[in-house]
Amino acid sequence: MLTLKNITKRFGDRTIIDQLDLTVKDGEVLSIVGPSGAGKTTLLRCITGLEKVDEGEFLIDGQPFDPYTNRTNESVIGVVFQNFQLFPHLTVLQNITLAPTMVLKESEADAQANAQKLLERLDLGDHGDQYPYQLSGGQQQRVAIARALAMKPNVLCYDEPTSALDPNLRQEVEKLILGLKADGMTQIVVSHDLTFAENIADDMLRVEPNQSK
Amino acid sequence: MHYILEILPSLLSGAGLTLQVFLWTLVGSLPLGLILSLGLISNIKPLQWLINFYVWLMRGTPLLLQLIVVFYGFPLIGIVFPRYEAALFAFILNYAAYFAEIFRGGLQSIDNGQYESARVLRLSYAQTIRKIVIPQVVKIVLPSVGNEVINLIKDSSLVYVIGLGDLLRAGNVATARDVTLIPLLLVGVIYLVLTAVTTFVLGRVEKHYSYWK
Repeated sequence: MLTLKNITKRFGDRTIIDQLDLTVKDGEVLSIVGPSGAGKTTLLRCITGLEKVDEGEFLIDGQPFDPYTNRTNESVIGVVFQNFQLFPHLTVLQNITLAPTMVLKESEADAQANAQKLLERLDLGDHGDQYPYQLSGGQQQRVAIARALAMKPNVLCYDEPTSALDPNLRQEVEKLILGLKADGMTQIVVSHDLTFAENIADDMLRVEPNQSK
Repeated sequence: MHYILEILPSLLSGAGLTLQVFLWTLVGSLPLGLILSLGLISNIKPLQWLINFYVWLMRGTPLLLQLIVVFYGFPLIGIVFPRYEAALFAFILNYAAYFAEIFRGGLQSIDNGQYESARVLRLSYAQTIRKIVIPQVVKIVLPSVGNEVINLIKDSSLVYVIGLGDLLRAGNVATARDVTLIPLLLVGVIYLVLTAVTTFVLGRVEKHYSYWK
Protein backbone atom coordinates (compact mmCIF):
# COMPACT_ATOMS: atom_id res chain seq x y z
CA MET A 1 0.00 0.00 0.00
CA LEU A 2 1.28 3.41 -0.99
CA THR A 3 0.28 6.35 1.17
CA LEU A 4 0.91 10.04 0.54
CA LYS A 5 0.50 12.37 3.51
CA ASN A 6 0.26 16.10 3.23
CA ILE A 7 2.27 16.28 0.00
CA THR A 8 2.99 19.81 -1.15
CA LYS A 9 4.95 20.80 -4.25
CA ARG A 10 5.75 24.34 -5.29
CA PHE A 11 7.53 25.77 -8.29
CA GLY A 12 8.74 29.17 -7.15
CA ASP A 13 5.70 30.83 -5.58
CA ARG A 14 3.21 28.66 -7.47
CA THR A 15 1.78 25.82 -5.41
CA ILE A 16 1.12 22.92 -7.78
CA ILE A 17 0.14 20.30 -5.23
CA ASP A 18 -1.38 21.52 -1.98
CA GLN A 19 -1.37 19.22 1.05
CA LEU A 20 -2.51 16.14 -0.81
CA ASP A 21 -3.44 12.94 1.02
CA LEU A 22 -3.74 9.80 -1.06
CA THR A 23 -3.82 6.05 -0.58
CA VAL A 24 -3.31 3.41 -3.25
CA LYS A 25 -4.22 -0.08 -2.04
CA ASP A 26 -2.25 -3.12 -3.11
CA GLY A 27 -3.38 -4.54 -6.42
CA GLU A 28 -5.57 -1.59 -7.25
CA VAL A 29 -5.45 0.86 -10.14
CA LEU A 30 -5.63 4.54 -9.33
CA SER A 31 -6.36 6.96 -12.16
CA ILE A 32 -5.26 10.54 -11.81
CA VAL A 33 -7.30 12.75 -14.11
CA GLY A 34 -7.68 16.43 -14.69
CA PRO A 35 -7.13 19.13 -17.31
CA SER A 36 -3.72 20.10 -18.66
CA GLY A 37 -1.69 22.13 -16.24
CA ALA A 38 -3.50 20.76 -13.20
CA GLY A 39 -0.37 19.09 -11.92
CA LYS A 40 -1.12 15.44 -12.77
CA THR A 41 2.28 14.80 -14.22
CA THR A 42 3.99 16.80 -11.46
CA LEU A 43 2.30 14.58 -8.89
CA LEU A 44 3.47 11.48 -10.74
CA ARG A 45 6.99 12.90 -10.95
CA CYS A 46 6.96 13.41 -7.17
CA ILE A 47 5.77 9.84 -6.56
CA THR A 48 8.42 8.45 -8.92
CA GLY A 49 11.17 10.50 -7.32
CA LEU A 50 11.92 12.75 -10.29
CA GLU A 51 10.86 15.84 -8.35
CA LYS A 52 11.54 16.67 -4.73
CA VAL A 53 8.44 17.46 -2.68
CA ASP A 54 8.49 20.54 -0.46
CA GLU A 55 6.41 19.03 2.35
CA GLY A 56 4.78 15.78 3.35
CA GLU A 57 5.78 12.15 3.43
CA PHE A 58 5.45 8.91 1.53
CA LEU A 59 4.79 5.54 3.14
CA ILE A 60 4.99 2.09 1.56
CA ASP A 61 3.21 -0.52 3.71
CA GLY A 62 3.45 1.92 6.60
CA GLN A 63 7.20 2.40 6.19
CA PRO A 64 8.32 5.94 5.37
CA PHE A 65 10.47 6.34 2.28
CA ASP A 66 11.63 9.19 0.13
CA PRO A 67 11.29 8.42 -3.57
CA TYR A 68 13.64 11.29 -4.41
CA THR A 69 16.62 9.84 -2.56
CA ASN A 70 15.57 6.20 -2.39
CA ARG A 71 18.43 4.01 -3.58
CA THR A 72 17.65 0.83 -1.71
CA ASN A 73 16.44 -2.22 -3.53
CA GLU A 74 13.04 -2.23 -1.86
CA SER A 75 10.14 0.17 -2.18
CA VAL A 76 10.53 0.50 -5.89
CA ILE A 77 8.32 2.68 -8.03
CA GLY A 78 8.39 1.72 -11.71
CA VAL A 79 7.65 4.22 -14.45
CA VAL A 80 6.36 3.98 -18.01
CA PHE A 81 7.03 7.33 -19.63
CA GLN A 82 4.72 9.04 -22.07
CA ASN A 83 7.21 8.59 -24.89
CA PHE A 84 8.61 5.39 -23.33
CA GLN A 85 12.25 6.52 -23.30
CA LEU A 86 13.64 3.17 -24.32
CA PHE A 87 17.40 3.10 -24.79
CA PRO A 88 17.74 3.21 -28.60
CA HIS A 89 21.20 1.64 -28.76
CA LEU A 90 20.20 -1.48 -26.82
CA THR A 91 18.11 -4.42 -27.97
CA VAL A 92 14.75 -5.05 -26.37
CA LEU A 93 16.29 -7.71 -24.17
CA GLN A 94 19.23 -5.48 -23.19
CA ASN A 95 16.82 -2.65 -22.36
CA ILE A 96 15.12 -4.95 -19.86
CA THR A 97 18.18 -6.66 -18.37
CA LEU A 98 20.40 -3.58 -17.96
CA ALA A 99 19.07 -2.37 -14.61
CA PRO A 100 18.49 -5.82 -13.04
CA THR A 101 22.10 -6.80 -13.76
CA MET A 102 23.69 -3.47 -12.87
CA VAL A 103 21.51 -2.40 -9.94
CA LEU A 104 20.02 -5.59 -8.51
CA LYS A 105 23.20 -7.54 -9.36
CA GLU A 106 21.24 -10.37 -10.93
CA SER A 107 23.30 -12.76 -13.01
CA GLU A 108 23.11 -12.24 -16.77
CA ALA A 109 21.38 -15.63 -17.17
CA ASP A 110 18.75 -14.95 -14.51
CA ALA A 111 18.03 -11.48 -15.86
CA GLN A 112 17.70 -12.82 -19.42
CA ALA A 113 15.38 -15.63 -18.38
CA ASN A 114 13.25 -13.22 -16.38
CA ALA A 115 13.17 -10.70 -19.23
CA GLN A 116 12.15 -13.40 -21.71
CA LYS A 117 9.30 -14.42 -19.39
CA LEU A 118 8.12 -10.81 -19.18
CA LEU A 119 8.31 -10.43 -22.95
CA GLU A 120 6.23 -13.55 -23.48
CA ARG A 121 3.73 -12.35 -20.90
CA LEU A 122 3.42 -9.15 -22.99
CA ASP A 123 3.24 -10.94 -26.37
CA LEU A 124 6.72 -9.81 -27.38
CA GLY A 125 8.46 -13.17 -27.08
CA ASP A 126 10.01 -13.00 -30.58
CA HIS A 127 11.18 -9.40 -30.37
CA GLY A 128 13.99 -9.69 -27.82
CA ASP A 129 16.79 -9.16 -30.34
CA GLN A 130 15.21 -6.19 -32.11
CA TYR A 131 16.04 -2.56 -31.52
CA PRO A 132 13.42 -0.08 -30.31
CA TYR A 133 13.21 1.72 -33.68
CA GLN A 134 12.08 -1.55 -35.27
CA LEU A 135 8.99 -1.75 -33.05
CA SER A 136 5.58 -0.09 -33.29
CA GLY A 137 4.50 2.41 -30.64
CA GLY A 138 2.37 -0.14 -28.84
CA GLN A 139 5.22 -2.65 -28.80
CA GLN A 140 7.62 -0.02 -27.51
CA GLN A 141 5.22 0.73 -24.69
CA ARG A 142 5.09 -2.93 -23.73
CA VAL A 143 8.89 -3.07 -23.71
CA ALA A 144 8.86 -0.04 -21.39
CA ILE A 145 6.42 -1.90 -19.13
CA ALA A 146 8.59 -5.03 -19.18
CA ARG A 147 11.66 -2.93 -18.37
CA ALA A 148 9.91 -1.38 -15.38
CA LEU A 149 8.52 -4.75 -14.20
CA ALA A 150 11.97 -6.35 -14.35
CA MET A 151 12.93 -4.19 -11.37
CA LYS A 152 10.10 -5.85 -9.40
CA PRO A 153 8.37 -2.61 -8.44
CA ASN A 154 5.77 -2.29 -5.68
CA VAL A 155 3.91 0.24 -7.77
CA LEU A 156 3.92 0.83 -11.53
CA CYS A 157 3.19 4.35 -12.78
CA TYR A 158 2.14 5.46 -16.27
CA ASP A 159 2.28 8.97 -17.62
CA GLU A 160 -0.44 9.41 -20.27
CA PRO A 161 -0.17 5.84 -21.58
CA THR A 162 -2.59 6.44 -24.47
CA SER A 163 -1.37 9.78 -25.77
CA ALA A 164 1.56 8.56 -27.88
CA LEU A 165 -0.46 5.75 -29.43
CA ASP A 166 -2.99 5.30 -32.18
CA PRO A 167 -6.50 5.98 -30.75
CA ASN A 168 -7.69 2.47 -31.54
CA LEU A 169 -4.92 1.06 -29.35
CA ARG A 170 -6.62 2.52 -26.29
CA GLN A 171 -8.50 -0.68 -25.56
CA GLU A 172 -5.30 -2.66 -25.87
CA VAL A 173 -3.76 -0.52 -23.16
CA GLU A 174 -6.86 -0.99 -21.00
CA LYS A 175 -6.57 -4.76 -21.37
CA LEU A 176 -2.88 -4.61 -20.59
CA ILE A 177 -3.34 -2.62 -17.40
CA LEU A 178 -6.27 -4.76 -16.24
CA GLY A 179 -4.22 -7.88 -17.06
CA LEU A 180 -1.37 -6.66 -14.86
CA LYS A 181 -3.91 -5.83 -12.19
CA ALA A 182 -5.13 -9.43 -12.33
CA ASP A 183 -1.50 -10.42 -11.69
CA GLY A 184 -1.64 -8.29 -8.54
CA MET A 185 0.24 -5.20 -9.73
CA THR A 186 -0.51 -1.91 -8.03
CA GLN A 187 -0.74 0.79 -10.69
CA ILE A 188 -1.10 4.55 -10.94
CA VAL A 189 -2.20 5.98 -14.27
CA VAL A 190 -2.12 9.63 -15.20
CA SER A 191 -4.44 10.45 -18.09
CA HIS A 192 -6.48 13.27 -19.51
CA ASP A 193 -8.72 10.70 -21.22
CA LEU A 194 -11.64 10.36 -18.82
CA THR A 195 -13.31 7.31 -20.42
CA PHE A 196 -10.05 5.41 -20.49
CA ALA A 197 -9.29 6.36 -16.90
CA GLU A 198 -12.74 5.28 -15.71
CA ASN A 199 -12.52 1.95 -17.51
CA ILE A 200 -9.39 0.88 -15.69
CA ALA A 201 -9.72 2.57 -12.32
CA ASP A 202 -10.65 1.21 -8.92
CA ASP A 203 -10.21 4.68 -7.61
CA MET A 204 -9.98 8.11 -9.24
CA LEU A 205 -8.17 11.22 -8.17
CA ARG A 206 -9.36 14.40 -9.85
CA VAL A 207 -6.89 17.22 -9.75
CA GLU A 208 -7.90 20.78 -10.55
CA PRO A 209 -5.56 23.64 -11.35
CA ASN A 210 -4.66 25.24 -8.05
CA GLN A 211 -5.96 28.78 -7.90
CA SER A 212 -4.55 29.70 -4.50
CA LYS A 213 -1.25 31.51 -4.58
CA MET B 1 61.73 5.68 -60.68
CA HIS B 2 65.20 5.00 -59.41
CA TYR B 3 65.18 8.39 -57.67
CA ILE B 4 61.82 7.69 -56.04
CA LEU B 5 63.08 4.42 -54.57
CA GLU B 6 66.15 6.26 -53.33
CA ILE B 7 64.24 8.86 -51.33
CA LEU B 8 61.32 6.65 -50.31
CA PRO B 9 62.96 5.23 -47.15
CA SER B 10 63.52 8.70 -45.69
CA LEU B 11 59.97 9.77 -46.58
CA LEU B 12 58.52 6.63 -45.02
CA SER B 13 60.52 7.16 -41.86
CA GLY B 14 59.10 10.70 -41.77
CA ALA B 15 55.62 9.23 -42.30
CA GLY B 16 56.31 6.97 -39.33
CA LEU B 17 56.81 9.98 -37.08
CA THR B 18 53.69 11.62 -38.53
CA LEU B 19 51.71 8.50 -37.67
CA GLN B 20 53.14 8.37 -34.15
CA VAL B 21 52.17 11.96 -33.45
CA PHE B 22 48.78 11.25 -34.97
CA LEU B 23 48.04 8.12 -32.93
CA TRP B 24 49.35 9.34 -29.57
CA THR B 25 47.47 12.61 -29.97
CA LEU B 26 44.23 10.69 -30.48
CA VAL B 27 44.97 8.36 -27.57
CA GLY B 28 45.52 11.36 -25.31
CA SER B 29 43.05 13.92 -26.58
CA LEU B 30 39.91 11.80 -27.03
CA PRO B 31 39.62 10.72 -23.36
CA LEU B 32 40.76 14.14 -22.16
CA GLY B 33 38.18 15.83 -24.38
CA LEU B 34 35.48 13.54 -23.00
CA ILE B 35 36.38 14.36 -19.40
CA LEU B 36 36.44 18.08 -20.20
CA SER B 37 33.04 17.86 -21.91
CA LEU B 38 31.54 16.26 -18.79
CA GLY B 39 32.88 19.28 -16.90
CA LEU B 40 31.28 21.60 -19.45
CA ILE B 41 27.81 20.10 -18.89
CA SER B 42 28.22 19.87 -15.11
CA ASN B 43 26.49 22.33 -12.81
CA ILE B 44 29.76 23.46 -11.23
CA LYS B 45 30.12 27.01 -12.49
CA PRO B 46 33.82 27.62 -11.66
CA LEU B 47 34.70 24.37 -13.42
CA GLN B 48 32.73 25.47 -16.48
CA TRP B 49 34.48 28.84 -16.53
CA LEU B 50 37.88 27.20 -16.24
CA ILE B 51 37.24 24.76 -19.06
CA ASN B 52 35.65 27.43 -21.23
CA PHE B 53 38.74 29.59 -20.73
CA TYR B 54 40.94 26.65 -21.66
CA VAL B 55 38.90 25.92 -24.79
CA TRP B 56 38.98 29.59 -25.77
CA LEU B 57 42.76 29.71 -25.34
CA MET B 58 43.38 26.52 -27.30
CA ARG B 59 41.00 27.28 -30.14
CA GLY B 60 41.79 30.97 -30.15
CA THR B 61 45.49 30.74 -30.88
CA PRO B 62 47.31 28.98 -33.73
CA LEU B 63 48.52 25.48 -33.01
CA LEU B 64 51.86 26.53 -34.50
CA LEU B 65 52.20 29.22 -31.84
CA GLN B 66 51.27 26.75 -29.11
CA LEU B 67 53.99 24.37 -30.30
CA ILE B 68 56.56 27.17 -30.20
CA VAL B 69 55.45 28.26 -26.72
CA VAL B 70 55.64 24.74 -25.31
CA PHE B 71 59.05 23.98 -26.76
CA TYR B 72 60.80 27.35 -26.64
CA GLY B 73 58.71 29.25 -24.07
CA PHE B 74 58.19 26.73 -21.27
CA PRO B 75 61.93 26.28 -20.58
CA LEU B 76 61.98 29.96 -19.56
CA ILE B 77 59.76 29.05 -16.60
CA GLY B 78 61.73 25.89 -15.90
CA ILE B 79 59.59 23.32 -17.74
CA VAL B 80 61.70 21.56 -20.35
CA PHE B 81 60.17 19.03 -22.74
CA PRO B 82 62.17 17.07 -25.29
CA ARG B 83 61.04 17.84 -28.86
CA TYR B 84 58.79 14.84 -29.37
CA GLU B 85 57.13 15.13 -25.95
CA ALA B 86 56.64 18.87 -26.47
CA ALA B 87 54.84 18.16 -29.74
CA LEU B 88 52.56 15.55 -28.17
CA PHE B 89 51.85 17.82 -25.20
CA ALA B 90 50.78 20.71 -27.43
CA PHE B 91 48.79 18.53 -29.84
CA ILE B 92 46.92 16.67 -27.10
CA LEU B 93 45.96 19.88 -25.28
CA ASN B 94 44.89 21.54 -28.52
CA TYR B 95 42.84 18.66 -29.89
CA ALA B 96 41.24 17.92 -26.51
CA ALA B 97 39.72 21.41 -26.64
CA TYR B 98 38.11 20.73 -30.01
CA PHE B 99 36.93 17.28 -28.94
CA ALA B 100 35.52 18.71 -25.68
CA GLU B 101 33.30 21.07 -27.68
CA ILE B 102 32.20 18.30 -30.05
CA PHE B 103 31.37 15.97 -27.17
CA ARG B 104 29.55 18.75 -25.31
CA GLY B 105 27.25 19.17 -28.29
CA GLY B 106 26.70 15.42 -28.42
CA LEU B 107 26.00 15.19 -24.70
CA GLN B 108 23.49 18.04 -24.85
CA SER B 109 21.60 16.37 -27.68
CA ILE B 110 20.71 13.42 -25.46
CA ASP B 111 17.08 13.76 -24.32
CA ASN B 112 16.71 14.49 -20.63
CA GLY B 113 14.17 11.66 -20.61
CA GLN B 114 17.02 9.20 -21.09
CA TYR B 115 18.60 10.38 -17.85
CA GLU B 116 15.23 10.23 -16.07
CA SER B 117 14.57 6.80 -17.47
CA ALA B 118 17.93 5.62 -16.11
CA ARG B 119 17.24 7.36 -12.82
CA VAL B 120 13.92 5.59 -12.18
CA LEU B 121 15.69 2.31 -12.98
CA ARG B 122 18.08 3.45 -10.23
CA LEU B 123 21.25 3.39 -12.29
CA SER B 124 23.96 5.56 -10.76
CA TYR B 125 25.22 8.68 -12.58
CA ALA B 126 28.40 6.85 -13.59
CA GLN B 127 26.43 3.87 -14.88
CA THR B 128 24.08 6.18 -16.79
CA ILE B 129 26.95 8.01 -18.46
CA ARG B 130 28.82 4.83 -19.31
CA LYS B 131 25.95 2.59 -20.44
CA ILE B 132 23.31 4.99 -21.73
CA VAL B 133 24.84 8.33 -22.65
CA ILE B 134 28.28 7.65 -24.08
CA PRO B 135 27.20 4.93 -26.54
CA GLN B 136 24.62 7.32 -27.96
CA VAL B 137 26.99 10.29 -28.00
CA VAL B 138 29.65 8.30 -29.84
CA LYS B 139 27.30 7.70 -32.74
CA ILE B 140 26.18 11.33 -32.84
CA VAL B 141 29.68 12.84 -32.78
CA LEU B 142 31.42 10.39 -35.13
CA PRO B 143 31.19 12.55 -38.28
CA SER B 144 32.55 15.65 -36.48
CA VAL B 145 35.27 13.69 -34.74
CA GLY B 146 36.18 12.15 -38.08
CA ASN B 147 36.67 15.62 -39.51
CA GLU B 148 39.11 16.52 -36.73
CA VAL B 149 40.93 13.21 -37.13
CA ILE B 150 41.55 13.92 -40.81
CA ASN B 151 42.68 17.43 -39.92
CA LEU B 152 45.09 16.01 -37.38
CA ILE B 153 46.96 13.97 -39.98
CA LYS B 154 47.79 17.16 -41.85
CA ASP B 155 48.22 19.37 -38.77
CA SER B 156 50.92 16.99 -37.56
CA SER B 157 53.17 18.52 -40.24
CA LEU B 158 53.47 21.58 -37.97
CA VAL B 159 55.98 19.72 -35.80
CA TYR B 160 58.69 20.74 -38.26
CA VAL B 161 58.82 24.08 -36.45
CA ILE B 162 60.44 22.49 -33.40
CA GLY B 163 62.81 20.43 -35.51
CA LEU B 164 61.08 17.06 -35.66
CA GLY B 165 61.60 15.02 -38.82
CA ASP B 166 58.08 14.24 -39.97
CA LEU B 167 56.89 13.40 -43.46
CA LEU B 168 56.69 16.95 -44.80
CA ARG B 169 60.11 17.83 -43.40
CA ALA B 170 61.63 14.73 -45.00
CA GLY B 171 60.20 15.85 -48.32
CA ASN B 172 61.44 19.40 -47.84
CA VAL B 173 64.96 18.23 -47.06
CA ALA B 174 65.07 16.07 -50.20
CA THR B 175 63.65 18.87 -52.35
CA ALA B 176 66.22 21.38 -51.12
CA ARG B 177 69.09 18.93 -51.51
CA ASP B 178 68.23 17.56 -54.96
CA VAL B 179 66.57 20.67 -56.41
CA THR B 180 63.46 18.82 -57.59
CA LEU B 181 59.77 18.91 -56.63
CA ILE B 182 59.35 15.13 -56.90
CA PRO B 183 59.83 14.51 -53.14
CA LEU B 184 57.07 17.00 -52.31
CA LEU B 185 54.74 15.39 -54.86
CA LEU B 186 55.43 12.07 -53.19
CA VAL B 187 54.73 13.63 -49.82
CA GLY B 188 51.34 14.74 -51.14
CA VAL B 189 50.61 11.22 -52.38
CA ILE B 190 51.55 9.71 -49.03
CA TYR B 191 49.27 12.16 -47.17
CA LEU B 192 46.46 11.25 -49.56
CA VAL B 193 47.00 7.55 -48.86
CA LEU B 194 46.97 8.19 -45.12
CA THR B 195 43.74 10.20 -45.28
CA ALA B 196 42.16 7.65 -47.62
CA VAL B 197 42.87 4.85 -45.14
CA THR B 198 41.56 6.98 -42.26
CA THR B 199 38.43 7.88 -44.20
CA PHE B 200 37.84 4.21 -44.92
CA VAL B 201 38.28 3.24 -41.26
CA LEU B 202 35.98 6.06 -40.13
CA GLY B 203 33.38 4.92 -42.64
CA ARG B 204 33.54 1.40 -41.24
CA VAL B 205 33.16 2.68 -37.70
CA GLU B 206 30.12 4.75 -38.70
CA LYS B 207 28.66 1.73 -40.43
CA HIS B 208 29.25 -0.34 -37.33
CA TYR B 209 27.07 2.08 -35.35
CA SER B 210 24.26 2.09 -37.89
CA TYR B 211 22.58 -0.94 -36.30
CA TRP B 212 20.34 1.38 -34.31
CA LYS B 213 18.61 4.68 -34.96
